[in-house]
Amino acid sequence: MPMLKIPTPLRTYTNGQNEIVVHGTNVGEAMQNLVVQFPSLKPHLYNSEGNLRPFVNLFLRADNIKNLQGLATPLAENDILLLIPSIAGGD
Amino acid sequence: MLSREEILRYSRHLLIPEVGLQGQQKLKSAAILIVGTGGLGSPAALYLAAAGVGRLGLVDFDVVDQTNLQRQIIHGASTVGKLKVESARQRLLDLNAGVQVTIYNEPFTSQNARRIAEGYDLIIDGSDNFPTRYLTNDLCVLTGKPNVYGSIFRFDGQVSVFDARCGPCYRCLFPEPPPPGLVPSCAEGGVLGILPGTIGTLQATEALKLILGIGEPLIGKLLLYNALDMSFDFVRLKKNPKCKICGDQPEITDLVDYFEFCGVPGLVHDAELAGADWDITPAELANLIKDGASPCLLDVREPHELEISALAEAKLIPLGQLAGRLAELDSAQDLVVFCKGGTRSARALELLRSAGFRKARNLRGGINAWAKEIDPNLPIY
Ligand SMILES: [Zn+2]
Repeated sequence: MPMLKIPTPLRTYTNGQNEIVVHGTNVGEAMQNLVVQFPSLKPHLYNSEGNLRPFVNLFLRADNIKNLQGLATPLAENDILLLIPSIAGGD
Repeated sequence: MLSREEILRYSRHLLIPEVGLQGQQKLKSAAILIVGTGGLGSPAALYLAAAGVGRLGLVDFDVVDQTNLQRQIIHGASTVGKLKVESARQRLLDLNAGVQVTIYNEPFTSQNARRIAEGYDLIIDGSDNFPTRYLTNDLCVLTGKPNVYGSIFRFDGQVSVFDARCGPCYRCLFPEPPPPGLVPSCAEGGVLGILPGTIGTLQATEALKLILGIGEPLIGKLLLYNALDMSFDFVRLKKNPKCKICGDQPEITDLVDYFEFCGVPGLVHDAELAGADWDITPAELANLIKDGASPCLLDVREPHELEISALAEAKLIPLGQLAGRLAELDSAQDLVVFCKGGTRSARALELLRSAGFRKARNLRGGINAWAKEIDPNLPIY
């Protein structure tokens, strides 16, 4: 199963888990499956129209899915998806 | 030319062929602007001063306080209460009197950013909020300077070098900031004290490499560090042809401020909410209770914060769970929401108000203000 790495800001919504096994044959399905597993993540990742929020960046094998096939990017069995948060801390 | 004294001071640099006399001379001629003298700015400024960068500019608009010392190692107990830029300059000059330190005790805005950045070779982004990060990015793109980016939260850090002349910019990766409330600041969410040390030091390393023109800069690459997993992941970043500032048809051609972005801790977003009638001060709440009213107290902090300080009568629903647990609350009852300092509770209030809780109010300044003004037995954190 593909795996999704959760950054610390969002681990509050995954019971502290840093890696989530997701089901799906492409990135879009995997993300849908993620929010089915953890519904409180949904408002952080999707807007009210049901689209992924623009500041949510997903990377597969070091490449932004925006530069691959977007949500239609196929996922293989051992793929690891990185969710990159927009963080601003520095103080 | 380096003096005899400088040759001695920098001998460990001179021994490295990649630096040598010429490199050290380049460092001496360089000017680096550091935005923020907090967690990231502290180690970056210290190491760059030690390394012999000729001129450092420091921008900050804050004073040193006790809660800074857990990570902002450029400051010390003796400078609590002083301007951060003054405190930092004092420490830097003690470390290396040969460095010229220029300080800017002002907020970094669209009005002064160009003037401040004039004459600097590159900018280190050590700010703590989205508006300043977008401003720093835009300034660097428009003036053709590298932006050595670093950002932290709890155990996560990010580092990159954004140089729109030969790679992507910050907006290529993050076209727009998250809406208010989705991303907590370090003041609310906390940060591992060592984390800015790691990230700020990496930023200083990249800055030094750029000045010396050695190695592989993090242009077109983003480093993702997680201290808990001790993982370093690298991803490739590409220039976005549709980027609003560095793309093929840029919409943004001048600097703008992004106050509406929120995320400036304690500044605009909070002030906006603090001005609303939704606020209740600790003194007002204390009077209400004394007069026999018993509003429901709603604590929206995280469970582990209760061990630090708590109000016995309060009901705990962490902000992240509030939307799903509204049924546990009575919208007909007076409700006073609080958190540590008033930011999370302000967001909780927006949520409650939009869900029809007309009698909900926000405890201004949070439990810390309550501790300060009403109950001195509670610690302030
Ligand atoms: Zn760009």
